[in-house]
Amino acid sequence: MNGREQNSRWFLRGMKDGVPIAMGYFAVAFALGIAAKKAGMNAFQAGAMSALMLASAGQYAAITVIAAGGGYVQMAVTTLIVNLRYLLMSCALSQKVDQGMRLGHRFALSYPITDEIFGIAMSVEGRLNPFYNYGAAAIAAPGWTAGAFLGAAAGAILPQRVENALSVALYGMFLAIIIPAAKKDKIVAGIVAVSMLCSFLFTKAPVLREISSGMQIIILTVVIAGGAAYFFPVKEETKGGSTDES
Amino acid sequence: MNHSIAMYLIVAAATIYMIRVLPMTLIRRDIKNTFIRSFLHYVPYVTLAVMTFPAILSATGSVYSAWAGFIVGVGLAYVDGNLFRVAICSCVVVYLAELLCG
Repeated sequence: MNGREQNSRWFLRGMKDGVPIAMGYFAVAFALGIAAKKAGMNAFQAGAMSALMLASAGQYAAITVIAAGGGYVQMAVTTLIVNLRYLLMSCALSQKVDQGMRLGHRFALSYPITDEIFGIAMSVEGRLNPFYNYGAAAIAAPGWTAGAFLGAAAGAILPQRVENALSVALYGMFLAIIIPAAKKDKIVAGIVAVSMLCSFLFTKAPVLREISSGMQIIILTVVIAGGAAYFFPVKEETKGGSTDES
Repeated sequence: MNHSIAMYLIVAAATIYMIRVLPMTLIRRDIKNTFIRSFLHYVPYVTLAVMTFPAILSATGSVYSAWAGFIVGVGLAYVDGNLFRVAICSCVVVYLAELLCG
C-alpha cells in the first residue's frame, strides 16, 4: 500500500483517538492553570509550560518548585525524578516502532510521550506508525495548552465543587487504560491490584511515607514491573506489549 | 538569587525532553532479552496504577466523593473502557456526591 496514504490514515486515526484525550486534558490542564496562577505565573506562562512539558504530575511538581522559589538545579532534579517513568515509556515505545525508523521521527515521536498517548500507542496492533502519535498529539497538545491558559486566566471564577470534580478526570483516564487491560489479562489484573496496594502502603507506613511521591512511583514501578517480568515473562507473540484496544 | 519564570520553564522543558528522547534515539534495535521486554510491557500498568491509587482519594473535597469517583471509574472502565466517558462520569459522580453530602 502507498506509504503516504498509510501515514495520513494513521494520522487521522490518531486524531480521532486523541479527541477524548484532549477533552480530558483540557479539564486537567484547567486545574493545572489554576495552580500555576497561585504560584505567580500568568496565563501565557502557564500555557507555554503546558505546550513545552505536556506532563501532568511533572508540571505540578515544577509549579511547586516555582512557588517555593527553588533553584534551577532543584527544578532539573525534580523534573527528572517525577518524570522518570517517561524514560521507561520511551524505552517501551522504541520497541514498538520499526527498527529502521528515521532519526527525525524519533525526535518528533519523543515530544508527545505522555501517559495517555503512550497508552493508546501501545494498544495499537503490531508495529506503531509514528503518524498515529502525531495525530493524537495534534489534537491533545492544543487541548492541554488551552486548558492551562484558560485555567490561569479564568480559573478563579470556577466554583470549588466544579474544581474538585474536574480534578478526578485525570485518574478516570488512567483507569480507562489499566482496567480494560486487566480485564483481558489476569496477570495484569494482579499487577494492578498489587501496585495499588503497595502504593497505598507507601503513603501510610512509617519511613516509607517519607519518600517523595515522585520517588515512590519510580521505586514501585521498578520493583513490581521487575518482579512481574521475572515471574511472568511475556511470550514472544505479544510484541511490544500490545494490549489490543476495544 | 532572583529566578525568572522563563528560565524555570526552559530548564524543566529541556530536562523532560531529554528523558523522552534519549531511549527513543539510542535504542535502535529490538531488545531480544525476554526479561527486559516483559519489564517494559508491565511498566505502564504499574506506573498508572500507582499514580491513581491512593492519590485519587485526596484529589477532591472529601474522601467519600473521591471513593465514589474511583469506584464508578473502575466499574465503567471495566464495562466500557472509553477514556472520555470514564473520565467525565467520574467527574460527574464526584460532583453529585459532593452536592449530596453538602
